[in-house]
Amino acid sequence: MQIPTGTEPGVEGVVLKADVRDLDFYYGAFHALKKVSMPIHDHKVTALIGPSGCGKSTLLRCFNRMHDLYPGNRYAGGGIVLYPDNTNLLSPDVDPIEVRMRISMVFQKPNPFPKSIFENVAYSLRVRGMRNKNELDDRVEAALKEAALWNEVSGRLKELGANLSGGQQQRLCIARALASDPEIILFDEPTSALDPIATASIEELIIELKEKVTILIVTHNMQQAARISDFTAYMYLGEMIEFGVTDQIFIKPKKKATEDYITGRFG
Amino acid sequence: MTEHVSDRLSRKASRHVKERIIEFLLFGAAAFSVFITVAIVYVLVKESWVFFETVPLSDFLFDTQWTPLFDDAHYGIMVLLSGTLTSSGVALLVAIPLGTIIAIYLSEFAGFTVREVAKPFLELLGGVPTIVYGYFALTFITPLLQKFYPDLPGFNLLSAGLVMGIMIIPYVASLSEDAMRAVPMALREGSYAMGATRLQTALWVVTPAATSGIASAYILGISRAVGETMILAVAAGMQPNLTFNPTEPGATITSYIVQVALGDLPHGSIGYQTIFAAGLTLLLMTLAFNLLGYWLRKHYREVY
Repeated sequence: MQIPTGTEPGVEGVVLKADVRDLDFYYGAFHALKKVSMPIHDHKVTALIGPSGCGKSTLLRCFNRMHDLYPGNRYAGGGIVLYPDNTNLLSPDVDPIEVRMRISMVFQKPNPFPKSIFENVAYSLRVRGMRNKNELDDRVEAALKEAALWNEVSGRLKELGANLSGGQQQRLCIARALASDPEIILFDEPTSALDPIATASIEELIIELKEKVTILIVTHNMQQAARISDFTAYMYLGEMIEFGVTDQIFIKPKKKATEDYITGRFG
Repeated sequence: MTEHVSDRLSRKASRHVKERIIEFLLFGAAAFSVFITVAIVYVLVKESWVFFETVPLSDFLFDTQWTPLFDDAHYGIMVLLSGTLTSSGVALLVAIPLGTIIAIYLSEFAGFTVREVAKPFLELLGGVPTIVYGYFALTFITPLLQKFYPDLPGFNLLSAGLVMGIMIIPYVASLSEDAMRAVPMALREGSYAMGATRLQTALWVVTPAATSGIASAYILGISRAVGETMILAVAAGMQPNLTFNPTEPGATITSYIVQVALGDLPHGSIGYQTIFAAGLTLLLMTLAFNLLGYWLRKHYREVY
């Protein structure tokens, strides 16, 4: 099968990692996502922006089927096609656990497990049944290096993850997400609980990580989207208002609504 | 200063007095419980002192017989302690695994409806009078066990311990479940997002995060087992017997106290004084468990 490529000006030929097509989603009776469509380009950073309640986190949590954990949530039409499998992630035949093994996530507030630094990172490997001590050691070290945390924690891997500072904890959560070699990492406002210095180091890290994985990030901070993303999607009230290359969205938005939000006239 | 034109900001005497009365009542309620505790300890220590003036502490701790009512009297608390430890051990072997499994099921697997129906029933189990449990052990569990093990005596520590375990399950399960449910959803989501199953999340993330609460639940269960009286008095035989074999009859500290307190020993006799020494031992044991629980709570407290 030929994997589709980007259609926006300037990204013709960039391979897609996933494609959201006419996605409808309900929380009980509330229609949270309305016919949302957008492409996710391989090895790029895609940012979702929009005011609170616009559905950006809801869309993000569709990618790893987090909504399946709670009763009353309903995928009501359309889907998210993952490439190269060409499979709809939301299909009832798809096992959410298999999805989460390939699409990992970093949360708003750092949420290290009540375990040692080593075991936090090893968690996603143990979940996959890895028992070999040497292999675990190697993978944990590699993930901590990729998350730019190794130099700070190499001597105290047995300490509790919760003893680290906020920014370190978030990098620990990124290492945890990286350890299992995922294809996509979802970031749900990963810096909203951090100070500006920790935020800068996480942003730098996200830019580096796109060499390795495809990144989808929800952010409240428009400057952050402008700094780190290649593509930006602006959502409002459950609808996709505009999707495009980040520079175009921030410099020359096509829609009036996007321009109003970006320039701070609204939101 | 300008002249006052109104006294609307001045102190109101009636409000002040009311506040003081309420404060005094609240203080009185708190002081009452402290006073009762101190009074109990005082009585136990004072009466035990009389006992230990006659019986050396070394005999009390190391003698292997407990025969305070015989001419050749021996006062080895080990005998009663062995009954208490054996029956409690059996009870905890039932209550801790079952209680923990029930807690994990209710907190992590059961749907809303199941949980809301099951929890009151579970708590009802903890409300059954212990005398009922005692007769349940004597007239149902013991005959049942005798079908598989015909040599089992009619009174034995095993069936009393098993039923005591059933009685303790709700305490362990309910408190452990509360502790697990207090674990923030963010931790569970973190685990699921890494591709973990529900069982992996329950055992590897939720249970360790709830350790301090689960430990307190266990400690409460142990205290209940050590202090339980009626089931043992009815079903375990009240024969002082230095044994750790649950298939034998035996007396525990508590069942011995009941036996003597209800018997016709004259007050002030050395036989009567034994119950205070035994009671003090029991108090020290539960105190030790409470301190252990306190330490565990502090040491393993999770800051979410």
